[in-house]
Amino acid sequence: MNASPAAVPAPTAPQWGRVRAGRRSADKLLIVACTAATALGAIVLGSILLMLIIQGVQGFSPALFTQVTPGPGSAGGGIANAILGSLVMTALGIVVATPIGVLAGTYLAEYGRGSPLANLIRFLNDILLSAPSILIGLFVYTLMVRPMGGYSGWAGGVALAIIATPVIVRTTEDMLRLVPGTLREAGAALGAPLSIVIRSVTWRAAQSGIVTGVLLALARIAGETAPLLFTALNNNSWFSPNLMGGVANLPVMIYQFALSPYENWRQLAWAGALLITVTILGLSIVARLVLSGPKGR
Amino acid sequence: MVALSENVAMAARPPVARRAPSPVGDRIFRSAAFVSALLVLAVLAGILGSIAYGAGPAFQEFGFGFLTSSAWNVGREQYGALVAVIGTLVSALLALLIGVPISLGIAIYLTQLCPGWARRPVSMTIELLAAVPSIIYGMWGLFVFAPLFARFVQIPVSNVVEGMPIVGTLFYAQVPSGVGVLTAGIILAIMIVPFVASITRDMLDQIPTVLRESAYGIGCTTWEVVRHVLIPQASVSIIGAIMLGLGRALGETMAVTFVIGNANRLSASIFDPGSTIASRIANEFNEADGLQLSSLMALGCILFVVTFIVLIIARLLVRRAKVA
Repeated sequence: MNASPAAVPAPTAPQWGRVRAGRRSADKLLIVACTAATALGAIVLGSILLMLIIQGVQGFSPALFTQVTPGPGSAGGGIANAILGSLVMTALGIVVATPIGVLAGTYLAEYGRGSPLANLIRFLNDILLSAPSILIGLFVYTLMVRPMGGYSGWAGGVALAIIATPVIVRTTEDMLRLVPGTLREAGAALGAPLSIVIRSVTWRAAQSGIVTGVLLALARIAGETAPLLFTALNNNSWFSPNLMGGVANLPVMIYQFALSPYENWRQLAWAGALLITVTILGLSIVARLVLSGPKGR
Repeated sequence: MVALSENVAMAARPPVARRAPSPVGDRIFRSAAFVSALLVLAVLAGILGSIAYGAGPAFQEFGFGFLTSSAWNVGREQYGALVAVIGTLVSALLALLIGVPISLGIAIYLTQLCPGWARRPVSMTIELLAAVPSIIYGMWGLFVFAPLFARFVQIPVSNVVEGMPIVGTLFYAQVPSGVGVLTAGIILAIMIVPFVASITRDMLDQIPTVLRESAYGIGCTTWEVVRHVLIPQASVSIIGAIMLGLGRALGETMAVTFVIGNANRLSASIFDPGSTIASRIANEFNEADGLQLSSLMALGCILFVVTFIVLIIARLLVRRAKVA
């Protein structure tokens, strides 16, 4: 008598014969328009990748990874110093941002839950997450570049850390909230204080989510250009380990070389653009796979 | 029995009383978490403070006139924000006009029309658009899109509308090079689509299935379900998502710097070059000094205030959107 809801076939499409032509064409139009919009997105992504591959692959050679950026007008050269500078500053940013972001996310999810202060911080973190990165560049310029008397790799790292932190805070909090309360109760019942419960139970349960947050943050800062323009700027010589003074990095190198009149500079810019885009797309694919792996979306 | 089991236990392990974990470590961890959370507050306050401090001299020199003046003359030390502010607003508005319908279309496609097996790859493709660095969008816009746009849109349209009263001023390109305010708007539209689309998709997914099924049950077409059930249900969050996209479009720097043409003049035509606050800061900051530097900071201050108002409204409308 009572058919279970699942047994009733889902009403997918109305009986077209009884639908007036006007309503039918409106529906067709919607389907065509929505499909076209989605196809447009895919075409743009495909076109960007195609452009990068066509222009960038020619520039790939051993010299790209072993030589430093050439001066104006001089032939040849590579982007080894820019790759290294980008790696060092991105690593600096993520090393600074990860503990701060994870701890702040932990505070929001575990200690502060409903308190007004935690709500305020959560809200401001969301704002910071979508703040224009050029403003963060201006902030770090005033904070570090001017007092220290010049562009420096440290300032670049700090700017990237400020961009990465809100991403990590947000994912950490979201992932910790997904951990069931019973796990925490079980830990507390063993007599462990809250800090130990968090470290050895909650964090472990949310591990893959937190790693995803760090990967997403890494993908976000690896391609940032605007804040580095005012903090690390660029440098055509080999990377120096003390990070004082300008440090070459891929995004700013691409920006300066892509619009230059020199053929070899433009070629290097394209090769760098291909390199950085493939890296970032790879990072975000890995991050999304980690996130959707065990639980599924 | 009891004694025996106790004996066994004692034999197995010497009776060491476990110390209660020290409360100090607990307190240190808690304070570390608290201080880290406070850092978020400090950074936001620091951004506002430092930019306002840097902008001080310019606001003192020009006062309120800074907002209404269209001058930008390095030699005569005359600076005004009007051209950049209008360029920012117009390009962001164009981005919304173009990007929002596309985003809604993608969100509807992903939630209503897409076959199940294709849903993951398609939504991944759209989300990857958000991961492409903005400088790559700039290069794509300048080297791929702008030439095509000049050849197939700007030149034919300019030829048609030349001399017409209103349309002629709006759409006539003096130098049809492909770069300009409209090109910047189109590139910005592509950049905001993945954000708006993924938030809207999440909001549409949250609408109870019962609502959708009952509408289909009385014989509605997909269009009618979307129009009369889904859109009204999610309207507040969709407006929030659009505001979030607006926030991004206002502050976007590198892509716009490549394609907007960076001219300091007011033109009625959206095909002509212009500049935005962000593109002007990116272009001039490293060579600027004194009053010019301070004026650029003042532009940053205006950008800060505008984007933060937009973002605050957006976040109030979209309570918990996905991580962008």
